Amino acid sequence: MSSTEASTPPSQRGDRVFGALAKGAGITILVVLAGVALFLLVEAFPALTAPASELPDGKSLIAYVAPLAFGTLLSATLAILIAVPLALAVAIFISFYAPKRIAGTLGSIVDLLAAIPSVVYGLWGIVVLGPAIVPLHEWLADHLSFIPFFAGQASATGRTMLTVGLVLAVMILPIITAISREVFLQTPRKLTEAAYGLGATKWEMIRMTVIPFGRPALISASMLGLGRALGETMAVTMILSAAGVVSFKLLTATNPSSIAANIALQFPESSGIDVNVLIASGLVLFAITLVVNMTARWVIARSNLVNA
Amino acid sequence: MTAATAPGSGRTGTFSQAALPDWAMQVVMGGAVALAFIGIAFTDVSPALLVIVLAAVSAATIGIWAGTVEGRRKATDRLATMTMTYAFLLAVAPLVSLAWTVVSKGNGRLDLDFINHTMRNVIGEGGGAMHAIWGTVIITGVATIIAVPVGILTAIYLHEYGGTGRLKKAITFFVDVMTGIPSIVAGLFAFALFALFFGPGVRLGVMGSIALSVLMIPIVVRSTEEMLRIVPNGLRESAFALGVPKWRVITKVVLPTALAGIVTGVMLAIARVIGETAPLLVTVGTIDSLNFNPFEGRMQSLAVFTYFEYKTPGVPPEPSFDRAWAAALTLIIIVLVLTGIAKLVQRRFGVLQAR
Amino acid sequence: MLRHRLMPVLGVTAALTLAACGDDNNTGSADSGSGSSESSLSGKLAGAGSSAQEAAQGAWIAGFQSANSGATISYDPVGSGGGREQFVAGGVDFAGSDAALKEDELAGAEKRCGGAENLIELPAYVSPIAVIYNLEGVDGLQLDPATIAGIFLGKIKKWNDPAIAATNEGVTLPDTDIVPVHRSDDSGTTENFTDYLHVAAKDVWTAEPDGEWPTKSGEAADGTSGVVAAVKNGAGTIGYADASQAGELGKAKVKVGDAYVEPTADAAAKILEESKRTEGAASHVWTYTLNRTPDAADTYPVVLTSYLIGCTKYDDAAKAELVKGYFNHVVSADGQSKAAETAGSAPLTDTLRGQIQPSVDAIGSAS
Repeated sequence: MSSTEASTPPSQRGDRVFGALAKGAGITILVVLAGVALFLLVEAFPALTAPASELPDGKSLIAYVAPLAFGTLLSATLAILIAVPLALAVAIFISFYAPKRIAGTLGSIVDLLAAIPSVVYGLWGIVVLGPAIVPLHEWLADHLSFIPFFAGQASATGRTMLTVGLVLAVMILPIITAISREVFLQTPRKLTEAAYGLGATKWEMIRMTVIPFGRPALISASMLGLGRALGETMAVTMILSAAGVVSFKLLTATNPSSIAANIALQFPESSGIDVNVLIASGLVLFAITLVVNMTARWVIARSNLVNA
Repeated sequence: MTAATAPGSGRTGTFSQAALPDWAMQVVMGGAVALAFIGIAFTDVSPALLVIVLAAVSAATIGIWAGTVEGRRKATDRLATMTMTYAFLLAVAPLVSLAWTVVSKGNGRLDLDFINHTMRNVIGEGGGAMHAIWGTVIITGVATIIAVPVGILTAIYLHEYGGTGRLKKAITFFVDVMTGIPSIVAGLFAFALFALFFGPGVRLGVMGSIALSVLMIPIVVRSTEEMLRIVPNGLRESAFALGVPKWRVITKVVLPTALAGIVTGVMLAIARVIGETAPLLVTVGTIDSLNFNPFEGRMQSLAVFTYFEYKTPGVPPEPSFDRAWAAALTLIIIVLVLTGIAKLVQRRFGVLQAR
Repeated sequence: MLRHRLMPVLGVTAALTLAACGDDNNTGSADSGSGSSESSLSGKLAGAGSSAQEAAQGAWIAGFQSANSGATISYDPVGSGGGREQFVAGGVDFAGSDAALKEDELAGAEKRCGGAENLIELPAYVSPIAVIYNLEGVDGLQLDPATIAGIFLGKIKKWNDPAIAATNEGVTLPDTDIVPVHRSDDSGTTENFTDYLHVAAKDVWTAEPDGEWPTKSGEAADGTSGVVAAVKNGAGTIGYADASQAGELGKAKVKVGDAYVEPTADAAAKILEESKRTEGAASHVWTYTLNRTPDAADTYPVVLTSYLIGCTKYDDAAKAELVKGYFNHVVSADGQSKAAETAGSAPLTDTLRGQIQPSVDAIGSAS
């Protein structure tokens, strides 16, 4: 608060230095991001150019990465399908149904789910959730096996794609809930009052005003959650019984692996070209998340225009 | 069926309509929840099936009851209330289960011995996570030292200098993109960077720090920018009016005003990356001994320690599993303490309140 | 002002995170290597390689460092391939590897050591891999190689399959599904298990030996503990894991010749005596083509063998002394029994130790 001595002209230089420093930091970020792409590309290059016979299993790089990319997308999609409705409901509950006094606390409790490290989710998934939902697996396999997703022999250990989807859903739930709550609170009062004025019940008010108002934000929040689920590593690595197949069956012991999980599983024992192959697969993951995130940003930018 | 026939009969007396007693919802939902707890605690029925059945039964009860007494719209409203409440309970259930599991399995080993012993020369029982705790502190510390100046300066550039230029737009966009980088990709980046210069077998603490800083920077930029945004413009303008140069205004007026918020943001960023496993797995590796030097050799970290104690246990495996859970509990406690302090700083010292 | 009020809070954080101040030397839990009476050596030695050896290396390092307090030995479990790569490149002083040096690596390693006669490869770690299963009411399961291959390929689907019944007379096998469990991560255990199936059941198992599980059937789990947990938690499950980690799970007896052999340390240790040393190997290269179909009825063929790779000559004479001392400790009866205790490995037989001892003695003597 006491900057008395700083009224001399040389301070112009200070201004220039500080400005350059700030600008430099900003440019550093661009450089780092370019570096991420560049260094991954450089280290992936030997794998991109090597003939198929030198790669693992003698398959081409595309044949190696494709099933992994499929597994990545399948697990993330499953997580989103479970998490979005649940997160929406949780956000609505906290914003409109919970007693006002404790709403903030309840929100913090849900946020705690984001504070738990993924390796702990992994342990929990193997030790608690997996065994606990084996009966559900069996029931689904017995009664709903005509649905292709539930076909096949149910896993006896519960370490399936469905379990992984559930765990991922729990992990991304707080992200979607937090953004949704923020937007719900911004619903214009005149809209909600008008709905009540017309004799709407609480649910009808929410359905007619809050949800339409929050929809763009909900979509982009879901995309952010999707991005997180695509890149989640440890929970998938530890829980999933991954066999590298391409299969939509969610209950069996033979599941597609994901790019991130595959890297974590193979990297510690890899050397030579195998490392390059894994980095190439990481590059693919980077590209996928980049597309998802850019789409999310684009949706937000567009909806901001509409709202304004 | 009931719901469909009800409106016809109830349409006349709109305002003084019959209603369910006040306790109806509480009793039905409370009963269902209580039954669920009893069922899970004392029977062998699958918790998942039990919860689904109880939710369906209680929903049907309220649906039919409210449908016959109050009409379709009210019934829908009550079912919505019920759905939202159940959804919340469902979302909290994993948290309760997680907390219970980690605390009950982890507290057996979480004692003084655990935090002041390493795994060097340890066979079977005993040992601890001191090397992992130090590794986590050092790796995350170095990451913070890298990420915080870059993050804060970038935020200053974006908010105080950027104007509406193209560079500002590009940086804003790419900071958003950076938020979405999967942690394992950040790890691979750090690995690729160092492997290029030191060969493929390289594992250093600082590699992990670089990976974590890639994850931290966008969080720090975002939160700092948010804080700078709510520093009142009047404060800046009155300082300018006194002839104070811009950089002194920023360092002496703007930053101190926003300090509490920035500290909160930094601490939340630390809490966010301190539990990362995957990027450290590919960059820092694992070791049994203490290593204070991030520029030489492998380091242990709590998250990787947890993973490997579980994955490659000794003979017999139980002591390793106990250490894994204790390390997991330690990690969660650290994250919670960081988050708690961050919130406290915001509440106690925050001159400005976001929103 | 603000900064001053912040200080106590930050102080608390610092205190919390830095509360750990203990010591790094847990001497209490590792008894000092009393049997081996090496002269006190000092210096630093770096090794890298097989993660299967990690636990045993930990025991050897603990024992060696306790006897030679000035010595610090590190072992990086970067994986066998990575260990060999780093050894050839000169990044580490010794390597641990689940497989012998490959042909293209051999030339590089010989160059590093300054000649083929200066390269040392020693078997250091032999560990039985048990076929573990969880089947209620069935103890002492007996299996032949072709049946094991059939089960893990998913071709034999039920526990009461005639192929299983044929080797288990008098045992009532239930009509339940078999759930084979394999490793989902790249591992030496998988490589040796698939190598066994590839050799002993070559008509059924056609895939090449590989550290990554080659087929796309069955359940997969991360790490030895993952496989053990999956077998334990499931029903009708069968998997493969280090015998020492099997716990209370059933361990199948495997058919060797006409007999059925249990995965004990003694039976596993015999494998090297039943196997042929690699033809044309230099005098200090003790690598073996494992005999997966031994004749002797007391030999267990499903084992993981891991080698120690080093040179007889190092630029620094003190380093050579240190390597010699450490390798001596590893192959000593004391070192082997310590590894058996902590890693569940099978101690090398005295005969074998006698054979390879001259190679250890040669370290430092070469010019």
